[in-house]
Amino acid sequence: MENLGSLALLLAFSVSIFALLASVVGGLRKNGFLLAASQRAVYGVWSLITLASALLVYALVNGDYRLQYVALHANTAMPVMYKIAAWWGGQEGSLLFWSWILATYSFVVVLTNRKPYRPMMPWVTAILMATQVFFLILNCFVVPPFNVWAIGKGIINLPDGQGLNPLLQYWTMAIHPPMLYLGYVGFVVPFAFAVGSLIARMPGDEWIHTTRRWTLVTWLFQTIGITLGMGWAYSVLGWGGYWGWDPVENASLLPWITATAFLHSVMMQEKKGMMKIWNIVLVSGTFFLCIFGTMLTRSGLVQSVHAFAVSSIGNYFATFIAIGIAGTVWLILDRMEYLKTESHLESVVSRESSFLFNNLFLLASCFAVLWGTLFPVISEAVNGEKISVDAPFFNRVNIPIGLFLLFLTGVGPLVAWRRSTVDSLKRNFLWPAIAMLGLMVGLYGAGVRNGYALMSFGLCLFVGATILSEFYKGTVAIAAKESMSFINAFVELTHRNTRRYGGYIVHMGIVLMFIGFTGAAFNRDATVEVQMGKTFNIGRYELKITELKDGENDNYAWMKAAVDISVGGEKIGTLEPERRLYKVSRQGTSEVAIRRRLNEDLYLNFAAMAQQGQGAIIQAYVFPLVSWIWVGFWVVLIGTLICLVPSKIKYSYARTQVVATGVAAKPEQHAQA
Amino acid sequence: MKPYMKFGILIAVVVSTLAWLAIGGVEDTKTYYKTVPELQAMGQAALSKRLRVGGDVVKGSIQRNGKEVTFEIVPIGGGKPAERVKIFYNGNDPLPDTLRDGAQALADGRLQPDGTFHAAKIQAKCASKYEGKPGAVKPGQAPTYSRPEATSKS
Repeated sequence: MENLGSLALLLAFSVSIFALLASVVGGLRKNGFLLAASQRAVYGVWSLITLASALLVYALVNGDYRLQYVALHANTAMPVMYKIAAWWGGQEGSLLFWSWILATYSFVVVLTNRKPYRPMMPWVTAILMATQVFFLILNCFVVPPFNVWAIGKGIINLPDGQGLNPLLQYWTMAIHPPMLYLGYVGFVVPFAFAVGSLIARMPGDEWIHTTRRWTLVTWLFQTIGITLGMGWAYSVLGWGGYWGWDPVENASLLPWITATAFLHSVMMQEKKGMMKIWNIVLVSGTFFLCIFGTMLTRSGLVQSVHAFAVSSIGNYFATFIAIGIAGTVWLILDRMEYLKTESHLESVVSRESSFLFNNLFLLASCFAVLWGTLFPVISEAVNGEKISVDAPFFNRVNIPIGLFLLFLTGVGPLVAWRRSTVDSLKRNFLWPAIAMLGLMVGLYGAGVRNGYALMSFGLCLFVGATILSEFYKGTVAIAAKESMSFINAFVELTHRNTRRYGGYIVHMGIVLMFIGFTGAAFNRDATVEVQMGKTFNIGRYELKITELKDGENDNYAWMKAAVDISVGGEKIGTLEPERRLYKVSRQGTSEVAIRRRLNEDLYLNFAAMAQQGQGAIIQAYVFPLVSWIWVGFWVVLIGTLICLVPSKIKYSYARTQVVATGVAAKPEQHAQA
Repeated sequence: MKPYMKFGILIAVVVSTLAWLAIGGVEDTKTYYKTVPELQAMGQAALSKRLRVGGDVVKGSIQRNGKEVTFEIVPIGGGKPAERVKIFYNGNDPLPDTLRDGAQALADGRLQPDGTFHAAKIQAKCASKYEGKPGAVKPGQAPTYSRPEATSKS
């Protein structure tokens, strides 16, 4: 079976090379026969990689421990879900998974676009297949997933495997990598279309229109993946945080930042014909950061950042990225004439300007995160000493950037294109600004002294108020004109211009997430060793350990502490933080218990048994507002899905200026703006 | 003033502010990576810097005393007894579940004049070797904790 799998991968490698060459030659010579052959070859590559993946999953589920990969990442006692998840639980498997998603995307792209976008399609196929060839080189020759243990040559037969890392045996972790990968790999498609249109010398923005949905969907997958990772860190790792500025986390964040910048700046090109070069740079940058992120996660460069084991796979990635960047830069320079801007910046207070600063801040944040992540590598290259920077560095740079971006979230969508008048600014922002100042003064009076927290809460109210007033004005206008009920009018308003109002909803989700982030300024924690029956306090909670129990199942042994929670002498519930010891890997994990509420979470970690007597060491945390991060995420998800729904009315760009010229109150203009 | 001038000035202000924040952030949080022998070779210079030292946890050296944890590390791959460094930790964050005998550990903190290393943060990675019998230890008895950086997501 391992032979069949390896053979399938080798064949896929050959076929993908054929697809690459056939599409390039067919594109140059306009040979329809070769182009059709290359398209079929893309389907062939997908089938072969699917076969190899299916064989690997089959081996994982059935416990074929002769295979190294299976023995190291699965065991018999694991639930089937995690056996399947072991496909992307380790190095070899996850790179195969990457290849498979890429092949699937290529399949879909070729299938859906082969007729409508003929001229650039050969080049799109070529870019996709070039990437595919690279990953198949890794799958076939560098980290093959079908290696067999050399049983009989010093290694005894293995009756059972080591199992998946217990920390990964958690439902969000099972789906976090696929989501992130769908997002990472997905960016190859907009990149392929951008480069394809450049190679084919196609003027205009066709690649942007073609890939708008791809971009949004892959951005959404990245967002889901990152948030799942945060949720996993929060509920599994037991240190109570959701973001530690770990290199692996940063790797997933970097392309998300540039993708977000791209989603915004692309509107400048669609509506004003500006920033054409910049958009190509952003989409390419995002793609290479996706590859770079995979390299950081997979190559051990991360571990080398942590002074752990190094792997040679990084060199392959570095070569691929270097060739890719060099090719893209050359192409952009060579095709500059197709990327001329059609209009110019006119005023600092304008929509254009808000997009510009949005991009500037996002890129600054991306650069700072990249710099901080690679600091050990850079410092070692410069003065031979490995120096790392810590979470405070990232926070110090990114908190002000985040606040400014939050501010732009409120201001940007309401500022007119070209230039804004003082009058229109006053109409849109006077009341939200007053509300913001009122809230900040109120919070200061209530004892909040953290400057960033004050600003963040104030801005959240400011942005939230501007968004709600947009919805309110539009809804009231439609309700009056079409004599609809308020709710119907609200749906109608959103449906008429899904991009605009879906975007507002996404912004609202971001505001909610910022409320959650800001709560971190008021975290409390305590680590205590308590005997059974004794109480201790954190915040307004009184905690008492009433029972310690233990037990075991096939996969792990466990121990739980039952902790009664009271507020003001009244019992409000019981939490049972748990420790597990996974039998095969002999690794302990802690299963924290969380009492989730919208105002604050109470979070208990059973750290260890007490040294003397019957008791436990409990780490207790109170996290105010943290749930709003997850609420905000759902709002972002809904908003993005709304953006994907086609608008009921084709809006015309010129209407956007209505806001500036002072007739914003008129209903249909507003709805269509 | 031409709009492009205004944009130029604004962008310059933004970029220089952020650069200033970033440089301050680096100065305040930079940590030097050292191996155990490098640490011992630094002498007095080691006392003034934030350091991150990595090594293998000596078997049986992990000891708990209430909130405090001490253990010893040797250079990765093993070393002489003289090369041991004693790590002392009493921070609030939980220790990684992966910190146990034979694991590779990274400690962030400062070296004290008495030669012990006071760590503010500990990361660990389990030894890649296949070892031990299942179910030998009950959870909660082993002095192990969890901490995110420990988990290479591979």
